[in-house]
Amino acid sequence: MKKAAIWYIKSGMDKEFTTVSIPTSLHKKIEEHIKGTEYGSVSSYVAKILRESLAKAEPAAEVFSKDEEEKVKERLKALGYID
Amino acid sequence: MIQPHGGKLVDRVLSGKKKDEAMARAGRLACLAVDSEIVSDLENIATGVYSPLEGFLGEADLRSVLDCSRLRSDVAWTIPIVLDADRKTADRLKIGEDVLLTAEDGRPVAILHLEEKYGFDKGEAAKKIFGTCDPAHPGVAKVLAMKDVLLAGPIDLIQVTPTPFDRWKLTPKETRVLFEAKGWRTVVGFQTRNTPHIGHEYVQKAALTFTDGLFINPVIGRKKKGDFKDEVILASYEEAIKRYYLKERTAMAILQMEMRYAGPREAIHHAILRKNFGCTHIIIGRDHAGVGSYYPPFAAQDIFEDFPDLGIVPMFFRSFSFCRTCGSVVNEKICPHPPADHIQFSGTKIRDLLVKGECPPPELMRPEVARIIMAFKEPFNE
Repeated sequence: MKKAAIWYIKSGMDKEFTTVSIPTSLHKKIEEHIKGTEYGSVSSYVAKILRESLAKAEPAAEVFSKDEEEKVKERLKALGYID
Repeated sequence: MIQPHGGKLVDRVLSGKKKDEAMARAGRLACLAVDSEIVSDLENIATGVYSPLEGFLGEADLRSVLDCSRLRSDVAWTIPIVLDADRKTADRLKIGEDVLLTAEDGRPVAILHLEEKYGFDKGEAAKKIFGTCDPAHPGVAKVLAMKDVLLAGPIDLIQVTPTPFDRWKLTPKETRVLFEAKGWRTVVGFQTRNTPHIGHEYVQKAALTFTDGLFINPVIGRKKKGDFKDEVILASYEEAIKRYYLKERTAMAILQMEMRYAGPREAIHHAILRKNFGCTHIIIGRDHAGVGSYYPPFAAQDIFEDFPDLGIVPMFFRSFSFCRTCGSVVNEKICPHPPADHIQFSGTKIRDLLVKGECPPPELMRPEVARIIMAFKEPFNE
């Protein structure tokens, strides 16, 4: 659960927002769940969960081309990083 | 391999024909000389250290970073990367045109595709980044001393600036290839602006126990008075690695960037940069990137709660010391002995001994490392 209030993030919050619909019963559950925590609203809690979920779904990084990789390896060898 | 921050490793280094064209055009462009810190920022943008940034922040992104610690695209970003200019200079630069950015010696460094010029509230920016307006804070002082106009837009790097530390200079593309070549699937990054003491070694090796590789990444650039000089940091680490680390598990390369001393916000920034280098984990200790007593000791760890989408895993270390009874480095979770048995890894104490020409006890620092530091006539920044 979230820790102590952090002054250095939530000072203005003038980001653009849009509305997402969730069942009222779920909204109520979340309201209960975040009571006494530093989440200012159901929205900020849901935003955090969604960001977390999207991050987990990130695909693997693109691979460099063979030529590019060989060029880099030559430099790494010259610098003594690899044999 | 871990995704670069924002999904794409930025590469804005001109080469071949494009570089030749830029050099040919350079003499006809409006020109702006920038200091060595901005030159470092330019290289970090162009080589992908600051991915996903492609240039200096525009007004809407700056506002979003200050207010929400995120770019407008919702990608986490905590430290503004901006280019300042005085009003007279800004007035002669036209939006939509290219500006040649040169080093202080006049050497062409990069081209800025100028998209915006805007003013900003320095006091507000300082307060939001550093949590204080105290001009005694080195980061605040730097912001308050900035010129009045910010110039924004993507950049293209014409040439990398040579430094005395080039043999330790790797781009994120190079570190990513290096980690792959070494067969490291997980890599823990260690940010440092210090010479290594036994406590650092303990933390690094504790973290390495759970990952495939250790990436030691000293910050090279402007630091505060009394900090170790860059060449001392590198020489002492080189010695420590040679004698006490497994070569196949350890790599060191520099990060050329000034320290901002923004504590929690800078901890997130450091994590993002290491993610771009290909690290899957980062070590965050007590008062990471802090200065004086501006930040609670563990604020730089707590802030990670608010960034569940960073993609790099922080490894938190709270406190550690040398326990005389255990005869080893310990932390608060593993040692039952009272504080009287513990020797703290005090940077100030180690520094005082070194200044006096005395070798710190081996419980605090490897003698070989101490000897390397003491071989420098002036190991500290004036």
